Amino acid sequence: MGNQALLSLKGIYKGFPGVKALQNVDFQLQSGEIHALMGENGAGKSTLIKVLTGVYTKDEGEIFLEGQEVSIRSPQDAQHLGISTVYQEITLCPNLSVAENMYIGRSDDMLQNWKKMNEGATKMLESLDIPAKATQQLGSCSIAVQQMVAIARAVDMDCKVLILDEPTSSLDDQEVQKLFKLMKELRGRGVGIIFVTHFLDQVYEVCDKITVLRDGKLVGEYEIKELPRLQLVSKMLGKELDDLSDIKSSDASGETAKQGEVLFEAEGLSSTEGIKPFDFYIRKGEVNGFTGLLGSGRSECVRAIFGADRVVSGSMKKNGKTIKINKPIDAMKNGIGYLPEDRKIDGIIGDLSVRENIILALQVMKGFFKPFTKAQANAFADEYIKTLSIKTASADTPIKSLSGGNQQKCILARWLLTHPDYLILDEPTRGIDVGTKVDIQKLVLKLASEGMSVTFISSETDEMLRTCSRMIVMRDRKVVGELTGEDLTQNKIMSTIAGGEAKS
Amino acid sequence: MEKVSTKLKNMTDTNLLLTITIVVFILMYIGAVLFQGKGFTKPQAFFNILNNNAALIILSCGMSIVMITGGIDISVGGVTALVSMCCAVYLDYHNGNVAVSMLIALLIGLAYGLVQGFLVAYLDIQPFIVSLAGMFFARGMTTIVNTNPFNVENADFVALKETRIIIPGMGSVNKLGKYVDAYVEIGVVIALIVVIAMFILLRWTKLGRSFYAVGGNKQSALMLGINVKRTKFLSHMICSTLAGIGGYVYFLHVGSGAATHAQGAEMNAIASSIIGGTMLTGGVGNIIGTFFGVLSLSTIKDIVSSAGLDQAWWTGITIAAMLCIFLVIQSVVMARKKRAIRK
Ligand SMILES: Nc1ncnc2c1ncn2[C@@H]1O[C@H](COP(=O)(O)OP(=O)(O)O)[C@@H](O)[C@H]1O
Ligand SMILES: [Mg+2]
Repeated sequence: MGNQALLSLKGIYKGFPGVKALQNVDFQLQSGEIHALMGENGAGKSTLIKVLTGVYTKDEGEIFLEGQEVSIRSPQDAQHLGISTVYQEITLCPNLSVAENMYIGRSDDMLQNWKKMNEGATKMLESLDIPAKATQQLGSCSIAVQQMVAIARAVDMDCKVLILDEPTSSLDDQEVQKLFKLMKELRGRGVGIIFVTHFLDQVYEVCDKITVLRDGKLVGEYEIKELPRLQLVSKMLGKELDDLSDIKSSDASGETAKQGEVLFEAEGLSSTEGIKPFDFYIRKGEVNGFTGLLGSGRSECVRAIFGADRVVSGSMKKNGKTIKINKPIDAMKNGIGYLPEDRKIDGIIGDLSVRENIILALQVMKGFFKPFTKAQANAFADEYIKTLSIKTASADTPIKSLSGGNQQKCILARWLLTHPDYLILDEPTRGIDVGTKVDIQKLVLKLASEGMSVTFISSETDEMLRTCSRMIVMRDRKVVGELTGEDLTQNKIMSTIAGGEAKS
Repeated sequence: MEKVSTKLKNMTDTNLLLTITIVVFILMYIGAVLFQGKGFTKPQAFFNILNNNAALIILSCGMSIVMITGGIDISVGGVTALVSMCCAVYLDYHNGNVAVSMLIALLIGLAYGLVQGFLVAYLDIQPFIVSLAGMFFARGMTTIVNTNPFNVENADFVALKETRIIIPGMGSVNKLGKYVDAYVEIGVVIALIVVIAMFILLRWTKLGRSFYAVGGNKQSALMLGINVKRTKFLSHMICSTLAGIGGYVYFLHVGSGAATHAQGAEMNAIASSIIGGTMLTGGVGNIIGTFFGVLSLSTIKDIVSSAGLDQAWWTGITIAAMLCIFLVIQSVVMARKKRAIRK
């Protein structure tokens, strides 16, 4: 091995409308190493891979393979250069057979040799213990098998660079071990492997190096030995460990809440969105929150509570009585309000007026065939426009012409109007100006002191530390810890996310 | 029952739909023989179905290929009319040569494929829109080339048109007690060659498999290293070229040029493909199925007309009913299969 990198990407830029997915990212891969590419969801890992394999065209930057600049315009080009890839989404053709999926697009022969292909595929399937027949239609295999077929295809190619983008997400432990064995074998043969996963354990089990991305920017490249888990998490989150700026003002509301009675309880809740069953409770007048890396299942938990996703198991109690929540309206009738994560998709109805948007939830509860009178509606709207100081020309203005922060307040008003005794706020402060952020946090604390229970989720850990008296920590769609009182610190949260005792 | 469901599970969608098509065709033909009697028992009745539909078989093969790739081409009827008219005008008004007229047909098809394929594959325009424009253009051009319909009198051409290929041993005795040989026209031979060639293309070549891959999932096909644009382009090239050939076969069968020729042929081709087990959503289909699809379609038409219901609307209604029945059978069987898989 010389000191020349097998693959190197320099100054890569890639933008999508409204998003800068990659900004000046460098990446280097040596032959015979397994290189983890880490970052939160949306950090740009998959985009970097797709730029590298020609699925997306980069806006700027250079790619060198074995020291030679290469131009890769399509996945076909990438394959020809010896880069084989397993993409995050399964990218096989469900209508073709397993064997065809393993071999199609790989050679320039004109003719299809079914016999040879099926034999080759059968051998490969056997050696990897994949429970599928070569001639079976791919669409009739389970997702895990499809994932294994994609891996089999990639490793069967005589490649120099192997890219695996979250290949383990649908595999069980045994299959993962098989994959790791394979990866180590290939490493021995001098193949460079880029491995993306959100399981930290797996990174420390097989990888040699780690490159961290955050918000489309390169954070750095590290030897695995030099980067303990805790620091890796802090790099991914972009928070320094000894960040002491979060001095929490101990407010009375947190104390009283500890004694309050339990308002809402859930046991063994899980939904179709793949969160592990979790238990949850909230006391009267308490503010608690879910924290974890993006994509760790925070939103999915509250969506399950509200019935926004289909709940598959678990029971719920409110004020000690068992309740059933199958769809959002059930939750609303039980006095639960939910402000969704993405107000553009789930929240506002852009063309309706501020007034109509505000009374919407109450109207739904009352039933659409019993509309409010104009005077009633106006009274409701005006009251909340005043109390939340929503900046709008009038109650008749279409909501889409308001700024993001004011739209958010309207939706908040919508839920307050229903007088819930339990309010769930999922990222209420995302994408709004600092002033309004503080307003919303103050409002949350005020509501709690008046006896409302609030679950507050935010990507800004500071905000959560400021408002929540109890935090539930999630990792890989599982609740992994709960922090209260003294433990509510940035460091403690990170070490819980990283898992195990922090031994930095 | 157990066995049936595992069989179902292991069969590819394409083969499953093909089986349905063939079984239904055979049942239908038996039904025709039983209820309509004599007419259908003569081998010539079957050969006549081929003679009358050779062109449609060729058009449908092309249609199936674009449909498998996930596209559609509704210009094939227009191209047929254009080919007939151009060749007719060339042969009669310009005293042309038959071989050259064939070349003209082929060139019209190729030109159509080139333009439509380019627009669909490289400029990413909806194939429906592109071929809709293509259809109007072809019909318009046909009228510009010559407004009035007329029969071709070119001697060589007429000789070729009248050529009958005798099928030994299949003849029958007619009303006057005379033995008449069974025959097919030249078009049928061409159609069968096309069917076999396209079957081989789809089954045994990399290009053929790419059609399925692109139709199954365009994005995946791209990531699997298939040149999606080129594949789409070629599917249109093949379809339009076959439209050129099919157009000539049609011309050879009717022996005239007219702007109204092959009216609705594209819809019959689509219907035949669907009956033959090609899915409009792409990725599933088989040329043998398409062949039987055409036969089913025309058998049904024959049954209707021999029952004395040969007004246009009766034919329309029966075809509609038949399409519905096929689609229902297909979706029921597919749903069963999905259930078998989930278990
Ligand atoms: N095809 C696309 N169109 C628009 N935005 C995209 C597209 N693909 C990714 N993005 C955006 O680019 C960012 C990076 O996404 P991605 O690379 O998938 O992240 P990761 O794989 O690290 O989770 C995200 O903000 C995402 O929304
Ligand atoms: Mg990704």
